[in-house]
Order: sequence, then C-alpha cells, then structure tokens
Amino acid sequence: MFTGNNNRTYNPRRYPGFLFITLVCLLILYAPLLVVMGYSFNDNLSITKWSGFSLRWYTDVFTGPEAAKFKKAAWNSLSIALSAALVATSFATAAAIGMVRGGAFNGKTLSFGLISIPIMVPEIVTAVAMLIFFSMIGLKLGYLSILIAHIVFCIPFAYLPISARLQGIEASFEEAAQDLYADRWKAFRYVLMPLMLPGMLSGFLLAFIISLDDFIITNFIKGAGVETLPTAIFGAVKQGIKPNIMALSTLMLLFSVLLVSLSYFIGRTDKEKNDAN
Amino acid sequence: MAAAGSGRTVSNTFAPVRNWLLLPTWLTVGIFMLLPIALMLVYSFLTKEFRGGVIWEFTLAAYDQFVFDRGLFGDEAPSIEWTYITIYFRSLVQASMATLLCLLIGFPTAFFIATRSPSTRSMWLFLVTIPYWVNLLIRTVSMKFLIRENGPLNQALLGSGLIDTPLQLINTNIAVQLGLFYSYLPFMVLPIYAAVERYNFSLSEAGADLYAGRWTILRRIVIPAVKPGIIAGCILVFVPSLGAFLAPDLLGGAKTFMIGSLIEEQFKGNAGNWPFGAASAMILLTLVLIALLFYARAQTKEQV
Amino acid sequence: MFKHCVRKSLAVSIGLSAALIAGSAQAEGKLSLYHWFEYIPQELLDKFSEENDVEVTMDTYESNESLLASLKAGKLGSYDLAVPGDYMVEIMANEGLLDTIAEGELANKGNIQPQWVDVPFDNGRKHSIPYQWGSTSFAVNRDVYTGDINTTDILFNPPAELAGKINMLDSQGEVLLMAALHLGMEQCSTDRDKLKALDELLQSAKANWASFGSDVAKDVLVSGDAAAGQIYNGFSAKARAEGANVEYAYPKQGYVVWMDNVVLLKDAPNRDNALKFMDFMLEPENIAAVTNYAQYSAGVTGAEAFTDPELAKQPESAPPEGSAPGAFIAVCDQATQEVYDQLWTRLRK
Repeated sequence: MFTGNNNRTYNPRRYPGFLFITLVCLLILYAPLLVVMGYSFNDNLSITKWSGFSLRWYTDVFTGPEAAKFKKAAWNSLSIALSAALVATSFATAAAIGMVRGGAFNGKTLSFGLISIPIMVPEIVTAVAMLIFFSMIGLKLGYLSILIAHIVFCIPFAYLPISARLQGIEASFEEAAQDLYADRWKAFRYVLMPLMLPGMLSGFLLAFIISLDDFIITNFIKGAGVETLPTAIFGAVKQGIKPNIMALSTLMLLFSVLLVSLSYFIGRTDKEKNDAN
Repeated sequence: MAAAGSGRTVSNTFAPVRNWLLLPTWLTVGIFMLLPIALMLVYSFLTKEFRGGVIWEFTLAAYDQFVFDRGLFGDEAPSIEWTYITIYFRSLVQASMATLLCLLIGFPTAFFIATRSPSTRSMWLFLVTIPYWVNLLIRTVSMKFLIRENGPLNQALLGSGLIDTPLQLINTNIAVQLGLFYSYLPFMVLPIYAAVERYNFSLSEAGADLYAGRWTILRRIVIPAVKPGIIAGCILVFVPSLGAFLAPDLLGGAKTFMIGSLIEEQFKGNAGNWPFGAASAMILLTLVLIALLFYARAQTKEQV
Repeated sequence: MFKHCVRKSLAVSIGLSAALIAGSAQAEGKLSLYHWFEYIPQELLDKFSEENDVEVTMDTYESNESLLASLKAGKLGSYDLAVPGDYMVEIMANEGLLDTIAEGELANKGNIQPQWVDVPFDNGRKHSIPYQWGSTSFAVNRDVYTGDINTTDILFNPPAELAGKINMLDSQGEVLLMAALHLGMEQCSTDRDKLKALDELLQSAKANWASFGSDVAKDVLVSGDAAAGQIYNGFSAKARAEGANVEYAYPKQGYVVWMDNVVLLKDAPNRDNALKFMDFMLEPENIAAVTNYAQYSAGVTGAEAFTDPELAKQPESAPPEGSAPGAFIAVCDQATQEVYDQLWTRLRK
C-alpha cells in the first residue's frame, strides 16, 4: 500500500528546477540575438542610444556605401554553399550506398573513419593544413580554393543524415527491383532514391548551412578580392559593431531560421507520411 | 556506429560497385584532407625562413621553440618554456570549463525536453536548436555587443540599480568562457536528449519502489544509463572549444592567446613562422585524437 | 507531390549555382588592391571604376608585417597594388616583392611633392608613390584621466586610472619603436643590455594592457572598451568625431612618423590598370579625398586646394610648439631583426 502511494506522488520524469534551467538556457541562447535584432531597428547612428524605430539600416545594407561589398560577399557565400552542398551531397549519397548497401568488406571502419575526418579535426588544423597544401601545389588562393575546402568539410555533414536514412530502408525494395531485372542504376534511380530523398535533402541543407557558417577555414584560404559574408562581416566588425552590421546579421539570422524551419517541416511531413503507412 | 544495421542481415545489393561509389569521397578526403595534414606534419620539421616561408631543411626548431626557452638572444642554457604549455593548458582549462558549464545547463535542459509529451517535445527541441543554425560569427558578435562595458546588459543592470559600476566582462576570461558556452551549448543538449529519450523510465520507478530519493535515482540510475549521450555531448563541445578562434579573438581582446589565435598569428599575423604554426597545429591535433580515443574506449566499455 | 518539389528545387539550385559561377568570372578590366583597413573612401574607388571601366576589388590588412606575411604566403601574384608603410617598402623591395615603374610610365609623377621623391626607403620612387603620411602615438580618454598625457609613461608606466584599460596596436614596428623611445635607446640596437632592458620594459608594461588590435583601435576608444590606446593621428581624430572624448598625445620622448605608399607589386595581374590607379592617386583632387576621409596628410602638390581646411587646424595634425620630433621606423639587418622579432614574440605570446 505504502509503495503504491509513493509511486503516485513520484513522477520519474519530473525534477524540480529543470524547467527553470531550461528557461535560463533559452534566455542565454536568445538574449544576444534578440538584442541585436532589436537594435538593428534603432534610428540612431550611435548604437548605444535608442532613438526610435527605423528601417534605415536595412536600406543601408542594400544601398549604402558597403552595399556592393556585401552583395558580392553574399553571392560568393550562396554560390559556394550551393555548389559545395550539391557536390558533397552527391558524393555522400554514393558513399552512403557503398557503406550501407555494399555488404561487409575489409576496411569498412577505416572508410567510415576517413569520411568523418573533416568533422573530427579542429577547424583551425584543417585551415592550416589546407593553406600549406594549396601554397605548396601553387593553387592561387581564391574562389576555387574556398570551394574545394567547403566540399571537403561538408561531406561528413551530408553523409550522416543520408546514411541514417538509408539504414532505415529495407533492402527488400531494391532486391525486388533487381529481381524484376532493373539494373543497379534503375534500382537506385526509381526505387532507392525516392526513399532516400528526405535524408538527401536534410544532408544537403545541413551541408549548405555548415558552408554558409564557416569562418575559420575560409578566412585562412581566401584570396584576392574573394570574401564570403562571414569574412566580410568579421572585417567590418573590427571597426565597430555598426547598426548596418546588425541589420545584415538579422537578415542572415532570418534566412537561417527559414532554412531550418523548412527542413523541420520536411522532416515532419515525411514522418507523418511514414507513420500513416 | 560504423558497423551498419546491427542485428539485421548486412545488405549487399550494391556490393559489386561499392568501391566506385566510395571512390569520389575517398579521393576528395584523401587528397584535400589527409595529404594536407601529412604535409603539415612535414612542414613542422622544416626551417623557418626569415620573414615568412620555409626552407626545406630538416630541423626540430619548431618543437624546440615550443618546449624550451633559450633567452632573448637564443644562446642561453635552455630552460623549460612555459608560455606555450600555459597557452595549451589554459585552452584545455577553458574548453573543460565550457564543457562543464554546458553540461550543468545542458543536462537538465535535455532531460526536461525529453520528458515532455511527444508533440511539445519537438517544439522545445526546435527552440533550442535554432540559435545553433545562426552563423557562429553573428552569435559571437551579438554576445560581444551585449556584454560590452556600455552595452545593453550593463545598461539594464545599472538602470535597475543592481550594480553601481558597469561589469567589466569584455576582454576577460569570463567573456571567452561565456562565448564558448554560448557557441556550443546545443552540441551538449542534442546527444543527451537522444539518450534520455531512449531511457526506460520504469527503471526510475523501480528505484523509487526501493525507496530511493529522486536525486539518488538521477545520480545512480539515470546518469549511468544515459552516459554515452553525456560523453558524446562533452566531446562535441570540448573539441571545437579547444581550437576556437572567434570567441577569444572577439571577446577576449586577443591578448590572452588561446591555441586558435596562437596558430593564426603564425600564418596571418606578424609572427610569420610557418613551421611553428604547423607544429602547434600538430600538437593540437594530437590532443584531440587523445580525447577521441578516450571517447572510443568509453564507448566500447559501454557496449561490453 | 513532395518528391516533385524536391526534384524541382534541386534542378533549380543546380542551374542557379552554374549561373552564379559563370557570372562571377565575366568582368573585363580589373584591379586588385591590397590596402589598409578603413583608409580609402568607397566613393573614390567607384569613381576610378567608372572613369576607367575597371572592376576594383579590395582586401584589407591590419599591419605592415601581416601584409608581408600574407604576400609571402602565396598571395603575391593575386594583387596589383599594396600600400605599405615607409620601412616596409624597403623590406619588400629587398625581398623582391616589388615591380619597377619605368621612367615615363606614370604621367603624373611630377605631382609628387619634391621632399617625397628622393626618400631613403625608395630613392627616386622606382616602386612607389606617396599616399598619406601621419604619426602614431596614443590617445587618452579625458573623462577617465585628466593628468599630463604628453609622455610615453601613459603606455609603459600608466597612472592607476588607465592601468588595464590600454589597447596597443598589433603592429611590431610601432610598438617596439615606441618602447625604444620611452627608454631613449636607438633603433636596431645590438647592445645586449639595452635589448634586455627593452624586453623587461615590454614584459612589465604588458600587465597594464587590455588588448592588442589595430583595426579595432578606434572602436575600443569609442565604445569605451579601452580608456587609452596607441593609435594613428587621423584614426584618433575619427574617434573624436564619433563621440569619444579623446586627446591625441605628442609625448616628449618622441613618437612614430610614417608615410604609406602605393607600391606596384611583382607579378601584378593587371599591371596597366595598376599604373592607371597610381596616376589617379597622384591627381590632387583624388588624393585629397583620401585625406578628407582618413584625416592624414597627402604628399602631392596642389592637394591642399581640395582638402577640408578644418583638417589642418585639428589638434591631431598639429604637434604643439617645442614637442619632440617624430621618428621613422628603421630597417635592421637580419641578425638584429631576428632579435627584435624575438622581442615581439616574447611580448605577444
């Protein structure tokens, strides 16, 4: 009887104070971002004083004296992220099929280790190694060197969700297709790929955001006149956190949130579809 | 992890073309990642050229500079050079502190989220992960703006009468700490969340039936059960914190060097000492590998 | 439906990225500039762009030494022009990083003020043209400290109000020369006792310094992160204009003077446009635009006619009567320089 009583009052999922800590955690995570968002609407040039709501810094981002620089950096960032994520996703998809559907083979662990190297090595080490490598082979630092580096460190980020997805797909689907005399390419193209798509898409998005986010490696191996948004912002911030930087940051922030929400909802629709099946 | 589909028969529908499928990745990572690291190892043993660059002559000078102090003129009897060891030690301490801080806040958060109902759970998780997707540079800059001497935090605290003089946070170790914590907190929350979600709460109930208090249950039953998630979270926070560059540079005033800024200085700054930069990076890589080995060992122990 | 969307978006993104890559490589006339941070108005670059139909790209560096380091780290051949300070012009010429401007290649060479033609770091101006000259000492926030600031003690033996609130330039040449002036010792010294004293001075002063940074030098004063800071005169004037109550010091022990110069880099990919840009910067009106923006002084005859008359009256550009002369940074021989490099390493580590 006594035990039963105890069980009714004790909820193993509830700990006093954990809600409070979670709220503190969210406060720490959001406070700086919200402050910057708020101040990006400040009419005053001096960022420490508030003098009314204004969109002037958003206009400044697009038409101000630094607009051309930011526009170019934004194009570089987007085109590099897009290309790097596409290449990395294709490589990672192939690699995931090889690893998950390739049967048991010697060096599987080694192969997995190789794929995950770019995640495990600290960014600054990757940056140094690539700078030395590019200067040694005489590749002029610039757009291409940044693109190569981004492809390399995007591969594991694209690989993880794709292989996770693939592991959850029964092999019987492609086996059935092959029984019906579909060749391997057709089995992939018409059977496996449609099933893998959500994984490929989240891999692509992850790689895309990781590429957009990168500062350390890009900063090391960028060349003449080629800036990405993070390196351009870093340069500007050194001369003071200006309101236009805050406006630009807010825009990038909203862009990231949009992408995450997109991947979140894709994941959810997919899950619901699976659950319905 | 590597051995896919444990318990399921290994599928091999693509086995004949396996090597072709893996080749692009092998080549890309091999040529542009492994080879450069090998080259970096070679560079760490080369001679520094006056005013930048290297001379292809083998020397241990870079590692010697790391460990020994030979005085201003380089001709004194060598004594142990504490500077770089201190920088690495400080970085280790900073990274450990950041990890600990993330754990203290991240564990309750992850636990709280994992114990919500499935529908609200994903909403909480979404809230915690959003900041992670925001550019790290922007997050660090935001933190710098928030805590600077006449920034919003101090203005709010002064305005509310909680303090009389502004808190001097910027350019201190605390600021770097805060920045690291803020940068990598989601890395701690996610793996712990995944582990708690899988945790079987009837174990806790069994503990309660045996009259264990809730904190004893947490300490003796829950934490050991979700330990792999905790270790994974710690590694995910510790490794990037160790080589962090933005937080020390923007929040620490670049005066107290951490490993990241020390290495950067050798290539981009005034120092221009490539072999020493390569050697410092090699030493950092070694430390990280040790941490990963430790992790791998903890994982295998867990499985036994 | 969902699958269709995904396929479509993938196709669109492939097309888009192909277009972006193609688009990024189309401009015809180009000029690639490697410049100090926050030093040239964007409008002036736009003007040059328009007049000559040339696309100008600019990267920035924050010290003479880091300019040298990155050029030697494989960036030579990517840039057409750089803007090193006096002693760095000499070092870069000795390192073979500079191209020679042949006689007659610059139409406006005659505009160079006579005193800036036969300069010790580039006699006869074979590789460079004058850009701007000014001084480097330090500025002090007068809200924080009201005492005498015209002494290098402010940096090396600071009063209690300033201790721990000083930003130093992340620039080897300027920090080491300032310290040498404080001790009253010569540059490129080989006297071991003096060098040891210099080392000790730097190590003990470091405890009072909050940060090292050149591009942040103005912002730390404006934002209040630092109460005093080593800084260039024009940058200090800009800090004052942005609301910091700072006064620029002319220490009695001396201070650093410098001249930045536009140099033609070796293997410049757009050499013709580079020469055009040099000629452009020798036009009094154009170089005066830099002066009005950065608030230093030009070395071109006739530029005064276009500069803001207020500038000459600024306290930052007018050393008080009877103040000590400024000193240029000297170039040392390799053995001596290695000791100074060691001094810097020991300071920064």
